[in-house]
Amino acid sequence: MNVLVFMIPAALALGGLGLAAFIWALRTGQFDDPQGDASRVLQDDDRPI
Amino acid sequence: MTALAAGCPSGLAPPESGGLAQDPSAFVTDAGGHKALDILVRGARCGGCLSKIETGMSKLPGVQAARLNLSTGKLRIEWVGPLAPRRIIETLVGLGYGAAAYDPGDADAAHLKEERSLLIALAVAGFAAGNVMLLSVSVWAGRDMPIETRTLLHWISALIAVPAAAWSGRPFFRSAIASIRARRLNMDVPISLAVILALSMSLFETARGGEHAYFDASVTLLFFLLIGRFLDARLRRRAYAAANALAAMNTATATRLSSGGIAEAVRAVDIRPGDSLLIAAGERLAVDAEVISGVSECDLRMVTGEVEPVATFPGQILHAGAVNLSAPVTVRAVAAADRSLMADVARMLEAGEQKKSSYRKIADKAAEAYVPRVHALALLGFVGWLVAGAALPHAVFIAVTVLIITCPCAMALAAPLVQVVAAGRLYREGAYLASGDALERIAAVDHVVFDKTGTLTLGDPVLLVGEVSDDAIERAAQLARASRHPFSRALARHAGVGLVARDVREYPGQGVCGMVDGRHARLGTAKFVGAPASAGSELWFAFEGAEPVAFRFEDRIRPDARLAIDQLRAMGISAEILSGDAEERVAHAAQVCSVSQWTSRATPQSKAARLEALQQAGHKVLMVGDGLNDAGALAGAHASIAPGGAVDVSRLASDCVFSGDSLEAVVRIVDISRKARSHMRQNFAFAAFYNVLAVPVALAGLATPMVAAIAMSGSSVVVTLNALRLAGRTGRARAVQP
Repeated sequence: MNVLVFMIPAALALGGLGLAAFIWALRTGQFDDPQGDASRVLQDDDRPI
Repeated sequence: MTALAAGCPSGLAPPESGGLAQDPSAFVTDAGGHKALDILVRGARCGGCLSKIETGMSKLPGVQAARLNLSTGKLRIEWVGPLAPRRIIETLVGLGYGAAAYDPGDADAAHLKEERSLLIALAVAGFAAGNVMLLSVSVWAGRDMPIETRTLLHWISALIAVPAAAWSGRPFFRSAIASIRARRLNMDVPISLAVILALSMSLFETARGGEHAYFDASVTLLFFLLIGRFLDARLRRRAYAAANALAAMNTATATRLSSGGIAEAVRAVDIRPGDSLLIAAGERLAVDAEVISGVSECDLRMVTGEVEPVATFPGQILHAGAVNLSAPVTVRAVAAADRSLMADVARMLEAGEQKKSSYRKIADKAAEAYVPRVHALALLGFVGWLVAGAALPHAVFIAVTVLIITCPCAMALAAPLVQVVAAGRLYREGAYLASGDALERIAAVDHVVFDKTGTLTLGDPVLLVGEVSDDAIERAAQLARASRHPFSRALARHAGVGLVARDVREYPGQGVCGMVDGRHARLGTAKFVGAPASAGSELWFAFEGAEPVAFRFEDRIRPDARLAIDQLRAMGISAEILSGDAEERVAHAAQVCSVSQWTSRATPQSKAARLEALQQAGHKVLMVGDGLNDAGALAGAHASIAPGGAVDVSRLASDCVFSGDSLEAVVRIVDISRKARSHMRQNFAFAAFYNVLAVPVALAGLATPMVAAIAMSGSSVVVTLNALRLAGRTGRARAVQP
């Protein structure tokens, strides 16, 4: 059972990392225009926008 | 710019053909030479639109950034230098898109902030629920686990669950406190109580090395409930934004004349009483104003419901919503409060608001019935076990498990989820709900009162053909094309594109004259062309060397008005027309729509009074109207619906706004509301049934944390699935993502 001492903190840390990443993405407005972002990725870059 | 077709290059939306409704310069924000403008773009659907618009914008001189949000249709442009804002709008219109500058405002930002904080709370609760459940499952599965390990796992759970619940439960705690202060009970009171009790009891159990801890139940509960809250907030924000977008396409800026005679564009909200405004022909008045100079005619259909234009004279008071027709006039803005009509409308709105706030939602009724019973049962369990000889901690434990397992997860989700799904379905069909409880109120109606002008009718007059020769129409249209009068425009629309008469002169309130085919021609009132006077919606045309002929017009009834009223009748809802227009036109509309009960020449007061009388007689009335004269009635009705073209006051007073020309939207709204109500009732019935099963289990002391977790999640899922059935077959996959 000693392995729990490493496994539980590791699991929590990884989960916390995901949570932090999500909150960061939300705060920087990355979910503000899902439709537009989906289209933008297909746009040609060889023309100045 | 490449030679693209107008509008969406993928053909997902037809090109918009919009004239220039407004001067956007009033909406420009200027920070030390850096100018920015927010524009609502209509008709942009795909990536092609995105690059077409952004490329087109960045080619304008001085533009530094142009970014279109395809999800919301909002375009933000930042530039330096002398570029005129009007050029931006013109370029967009030239590309084939509808464009209207708007004021981003504070309400939008506040909505967005609320939605974001709910989403973060949801993410935190989700993280906590997942991890605590992981630890709890280990405890439940590891029956031979040493007590030290079990206590360690409980402590770790506590370390996650307590801060997470304290933080993400704030929306519920705040609402519960507010509700207790107001001496009422809402669903958030038992929710908060259960979460706090579950956490405290679990901490106590953990501290003494006990077996049962409910950390997972408390955070999972918050997680489920926050999903409902978040979806509700998001839908309300979208509906609000969509209704505002409808309004932005209609609102005009005003032209203010400064003391030096210089004209500048200002937003309607910036107009102060006493300002001089120049109202161009065809412009809609944004505020109440007194005419100073200029002779013209005004279209008051939005104000009084009357189709016939009235002549203006200096000193006359015009109300917001009036459209100036034939010649520019100068007006002075007056304060809204010091004139009887607006003051009356404001008073009626306030009265209606009060009545609506006293409406008790189904969910609140359920909470008020449910909370005392459950708490009494918990007390009963506590006393019962004490009497039966149990130790005090065990009796407390039983009472708390009763509160946890009956915690109204399903109860609390029953109404909001249905509202979210129903509002999402309405949103996709172009109807925007102002509030969730509007659905319940619309579902209850048994009588509908329609305004005529702009609601039953399309609002634009249409030429009655068959009485005059095509020759006369073609000649008259040459004059009509030069005029802004609604009858002239109807004539020009009928005739299509063609020549315009030469030497045209317009006589406000009388008509236009000019040269057609080298001969004199006049188009206007009977008096203006020298024909015998007559009443009605007529336009006379005199052509040199021919007898004057009359064109007749009608305000065309929406094509599906009759069908919609018949369908409402089939649903057990009787109909009535209440109009401010003249008797003959209302009678005609009533006959076409097969409505036997109608009232003409109704004033705003008499409309509100009629609604009051109907409600006194026990009817639940749905008001459908668009004009300023309907605002009081809309606010006072049990429920109200306004078409998208309605004046601001009426739109805000309504529970629901629909876009498009079809009156069938009203039928759809009522239908979906009724379905929503029945789904809500099913959900409450199920939640009550669940509690009937769960309470004895808890009272018997058999509700272990695992039983609680399964029962609570199970009931929430059932309620959610039942709500999703409402989304309809086509929209099932996108039920909550309109």
